[in-house]
Amino acid sequence: MIDLNLLPDGGMSWLDASGPSSQMVLSTRIRLARNLANRPFALRATPADRERVLSDVVAVARECPSLGAAQLLRLDQMEPSDRRLLHERHLVSHELAGLEGEAQVRPASAVLLRDRVGLMLNEEDHLRLQGIRSGFDLQAAYQDVERLDEELGQRLPFAFHPEFGYLTSCPTNAGTGMRASVLIHLPGLVLTKEISKVLQGLAQVGLTFRGLYGEGSEVVGNFFQLSNQTTLGKSEQELLDHLGRMVRQVIEYEEQARHVLRRDVPVIIEDKVWRAYGLLRHARALSFEEAMNLLSGVRLGVGLGLVDRCGVYALNKLLIHAQPAHLAAQERVEPDDPDLNVRRARYVRTVLDDEAGRRGLTP
Amino acid sequence: MRCQQCHEREAVVFLTQLAQDQEVHLQLCERCAAEKGVENAATFGKTPVGTFLALMGKSMESAASLPGLAPAGACPTCGATLNDFRESGRLGCGDCYRAFEAPLRDLLRRLHGSSRHLGKRYSPSGEDTGRPDAEVEATRIRDQLERAVRSENFELAAELRDRLRQLTPEP
Repeated sequence: MIDLNLLPDGGMSWLDASGPSSQMVLSTRIRLARNLANRPFALRATPADRERVLSDVVAVARECPSLGAAQLLRLDQMEPSDRRLLHERHLVSHELAGLEGEAQVRPASAVLLRDRVGLMLNEEDHLRLQGIRSGFDLQAAYQDVERLDEELGQRLPFAFHPEFGYLTSCPTNAGTGMRASVLIHLPGLVLTKEISKVLQGLAQVGLTFRGLYGEGSEVVGNFFQLSNQTTLGKSEQELLDHLGRMVRQVIEYEEQARHVLRRDVPVIIEDKVWRAYGLLRHARALSFEEAMNLLSGVRLGVGLGLVDRCGVYALNKLLIHAQPAHLAAQERVEPDDPDLNVRRARYVRTVLDDEAGRRGLTP
Repeated sequence: MRCQQCHEREAVVFLTQLAQDQEVHLQLCERCAAEKGVENAATFGKTPVGTFLALMGKSMESAASLPGLAPAGACPTCGATLNDFRESGRLGCGDCYRAFEAPLRDLLRRLHGSSRHLGKRYSPSGEDTGRPDAEVEATRIRDQLERAVRSENFELAAELRDRLRQLTPEP
């Protein structure tokens, strides 16, 4: 089993709730898709081609100050449970981890990880550079990933076309190759049933939304990943400014929705968030989905100043550690352990008890 | 195939509109499509992958009539064909973008509302400042100018025209 503790901050500095608006926005990530000019893309690549991509990049990665002592993890040499762990930590995509249906992890699938940047290798594109920041911080995340792009671009021949820009495996990513996304918690808009209007509005201005785990994933616990849909025809800065403006607008709508809830149905809301807290604190079996939904309620309570028994950081940690692969690893059982829901409930109780104790509050 | 609007230019945009529960299919040239406002990124940005690949099929039929591009032509570098792309939605290598330049330009416009990259320029030696070059900048201003004229924002249009003149001095 891999030891994720070897990663700086376990690869989770983005969870520490230190960034701007971090009560509502969990994280900001920006990825840049790049391909090597002299190698076939994933569709036509043989296992040997994929190995060459990996060795080309690893050879220069050590010279890049942004990567420095980054840890190299080869997913094709890992157990499925470990790959799932990395995916649950949002460090690799579902596709790279080979978790899609019957799909197997493909040869030379790897990731280089360091602090706030990561580099996925042999995903849909040869390189997927990632910058991750806590809270809502597009500029900082872009600076991190842009620096890495400069460093790699000086050492590797990227596929670039004067008119089309950076060339990607799928034309939906061509041009800047940039997907900027903000993981935001919107329970107010969900409860007031305004969410679909907001999401439709975003689609009309060229933005899109996904679930907690990015592409192809379901919305869990009222977390939405908002991101740019198009990558070509606008500069990176224009795309970031546009997304930033729209996210600020969404934050404002969410605040209005929460205000309306507190004004019009204060008892219902107070009851709802305390029921969520009570269930998490006392339940004896919790499925992952139930835990996520209850955590969403408590998070709303913390945001409204109704719940003082736990902080956002503790909720963020639960969001990661209550997931199936994390819980199984922690409890040293198989991910299909029949008692996983019982173990989850016990784990959540312990964390919330500790958190309340730390704040000098008894149950 | 001729544009159904002007009956002059080649149709490159295939539009399906819903009007009173009736599907209306339109074949338009680029200019007439732009006049109908369909170059807009948000309009095409929403197109799900399945639909755009279906559209791609149509644009390939039109691409087949273009000189120098055989329908069954393969990328000289990796051997991928347009058919491979239709099936997988993925290109085989960087050179595919050159081998299938015309249909891809069309597709990129459908997907992104533009085929012209205005972001960071790749420079292996790192001497580039990341600013788009004059030609790219001029194209962008021309696009903005066109929109300004269309929306009758003449003050902005005049300003953009002046900037364009500075950027591309007349010979």
